[in-house]
Amino acid sequence: MYRSHVLVCGGTGCTSSNSLQIIEAMEKEIKRQGLEEEVKVVRTGCFGLCALGPIMVIYPEGSFYSHVTVADVPEIVEEHLLKGRLVKRLLYDENAESGEVEKIKSLRETDFYKKQLRVALRNCGVIDPENIEEYIAMDGYMALAKCLKELKPEDVIKIVMDSGLRGRGGGGFPTGKKWSFTAANAADQKYVVCNADEGDPGAFMDRSVLEGDPHCIVEAMTICGYATGASEGYIYVRAEYPIAVKRLQKAIEQAHEYGLLGENIFDSGFNFDLHVRLGAGAFVCGEETALMTSIEGNRGEPRPRPPYPAIKGLFGKPTTENNVETFANIPQIILKGADWFASMGTEKSKGTKVFALGGKINNTGLVEIPMGTTLREIVEEIGGGVPNGKKFKAAQTGGPSGGCIPASLMDTPIDYDNLTAIGCMMGSGGLIVMDEDNCMVDIAKFFLNFTVDESCGKCTPCRVGTKRLLELLDKITNGKGTMEDLDKLEDLCHYIKENALCGLGQTAPNPVLATLKFFREEYEAHIKEKKCPAGVCKALMTYSIDPDKCRGCTACARKCPAGAISGNVKEVHKIDTTVCIKCGVCMETCKFGAVVKK
Amino acid sequence: MVKPISKIPFKDTKEQAEKLNAVIATCKDDKSLLMHVMQEAQEIYGYLPYEVQVKIAEGMDVPLEKVYGVSTFYAQFSLSPKGENNISVCLGTACYVKGSQKILDKITELLGITPGECTADGRFSLEACRCVGACGLAPVMTVNDEVYGKITEDDVAGILARYKD
Repeated sequence: MYRSHVLVCGGTGCTSSNSLQIIEAMEKEIKRQGLEEEVKVVRTGCFGLCALGPIMVIYPEGSFYSHVTVADVPEIVEEHLLKGRLVKRLLYDENAESGEVEKIKSLRETDFYKKQLRVALRNCGVIDPENIEEYIAMDGYMALAKCLKELKPEDVIKIVMDSGLRGRGGGGFPTGKKWSFTAANAADQKYVVCNADEGDPGAFMDRSVLEGDPHCIVEAMTICGYATGASEGYIYVRAEYPIAVKRLQKAIEQAHEYGLLGENIFDSGFNFDLHVRLGAGAFVCGEETALMTSIEGNRGEPRPRPPYPAIKGLFGKPTTENNVETFANIPQIILKGADWFASMGTEKSKGTKVFALGGKINNTGLVEIPMGTTLREIVEEIGGGVPNGKKFKAAQTGGPSGGCIPASLMDTPIDYDNLTAIGCMMGSGGLIVMDEDNCMVDIAKFFLNFTVDESCGKCTPCRVGTKRLLELLDKITNGKGTMEDLDKLEDLCHYIKENALCGLGQTAPNPVLATLKFFREEYEAHIKEKKCPAGVCKALMTYSIDPDKCRGCTACARKCPAGAISGNVKEVHKIDTTVCIKCGVCMETCKFGAVVKK
Repeated sequence: MVKPISKIPFKDTKEQAEKLNAVIATCKDDKSLLMHVMQEAQEIYGYLPYEVQVKIAEGMDVPLEKVYGVSTFYAQFSLSPKGENNISVCLGTACYVKGSQKILDKITELLGITPGECTADGRFSLEACRCVGACGLAPVMTVNDEVYGKITEDDVAGILARYKD
């Protein structure tokens, strides 16, 4: 028995800021102080509050230290672990301004966690993901045992169906239904596939589950195999997630050792085995048929549907494919029952959803909330609002396939149907916050750039259509657009949506349509006034000097690489906009804030 | 996107060739492992030169055009070698809205290479990447395995200088 446990985040975010060195230093220091029999250091998965990393939580008190460095380690060990005194300067204090430093909050009491409800992420940041026994201690593999010992495959499917769980990868298709389709097809071989090719820029929910709780995916896929009659499974993971890949492989190995994978699991006569396959950086492989083509060793091009994967999927056999987060919910649903799960969320969207908060927000990180939570609660309460006193402008959900939610719709309860109704999409859960300094036309262009790059080229509407969309946006951001172009944009968007072969193309126009719907006036400003209201589009900006503030110090004129600034000493200077290259050096140079960008 | 193909002559050591042969030997009965073999080959050689692709095609008994098709489809496969130091700037959404494009432009300006290229002295190669998953540290760039977060344009020269000798 240890009297104290030190949990250090070993997720990708914190590892990038040296959490592994902190763990090493911690273990060394604990040994030096002779505490190794009393204190245990655990490397966990992601806590979610990535903006405050590296993160350390010390139990039993639950003291939450943020931004820890290797240099802080001796003090933490000496003060906290040896003398039992908190290291106050490292405590996370969300009311820093109020001066209430004495009020110590444990992790669960912070605003960031209070509104969250952790189902898929329940073990992340709690257990050592590389130790199967810790997972088992948290009721791990109990759900699998229950299925194999007490339930018939059709009972398992019924529980999943009754729970109302819908696919968390973006589409929102009812999971139980998907399983029942595969189960209904007799075949000599069936497969289970886990889609862990998380490609949305700014989304890292699946990575955190794989890094923080890999056994949960192994267990859920085995359950799915039992329910649908499959004996083999594939997990397709992005190669960019080395920590996740390593932990998955380790989890599979351990599960084999414990007889939880392989032949005759729990003496039930059921066999199941898992393989890990690495993606190679193609966004389209997140589309289910493209992913299967890729596992087969081909270019990851999507296949026309029907036939659906439930009939003809991987290697031409009936296949069930689900996303990581969908699977992460399964063991809990089996153990606690369909009613428990269905009691959370809204009428048609049950359970919780994990979002990766990013962009212009104070608490970047992972949050899991019940369906039906409003965007306002996520951004203002959990996310701690927009930094630097800027105003919230919009939030993008669903990445390049989704759309933006403007400030006026911040009180919309977030679920699948509400988001679809306003022209957005749940997507896999990336939630990027934008403030008044972001140009919405530029954001649409950014996403289009992404889809043009990632379009696999198989079908014309997507390959050629997205490129034409991008050209139109380029024209507008360069101040050469006409009002007719807006109509063309809209027409082309609808054409692509209706005609593209797969989900990538069908959703590619969404960022354009959503920004056109909610921020049409910004497009019009680019076209009619040749102005970018947010001051982002370079071609439309002009620099000028405010005569009231200019002191005539000549600093800007000396620094200007284009020689566009004229003026004598102690006289007001002027920028020749025909020569100016808009590099912004003058603005950085001016000590008096006299250079204005419009 | 067209991938830059290297003009630098291919060099093969006996050790590298043996490693690749061993990988092919264990995988050749399952053609779905083609991508896995190519990933391993890239691990061995640092990139996938024409000669290596031919070897894989013959070893796995698949047409060369299929190997080439796969190598050009996936962003991870590189047809030109990496520099001694590989710089990668994240252009994921979170980093982009925090100004990572400016960071990339600055590096291009300082090194005279665009993403996908390698400097003539072989010291640096540059790529633009999608989300490295450290969005809390945006904007982010990595040099080899080192991650630099919350950087500004002014930090770039200093970071590069650490790798110049």
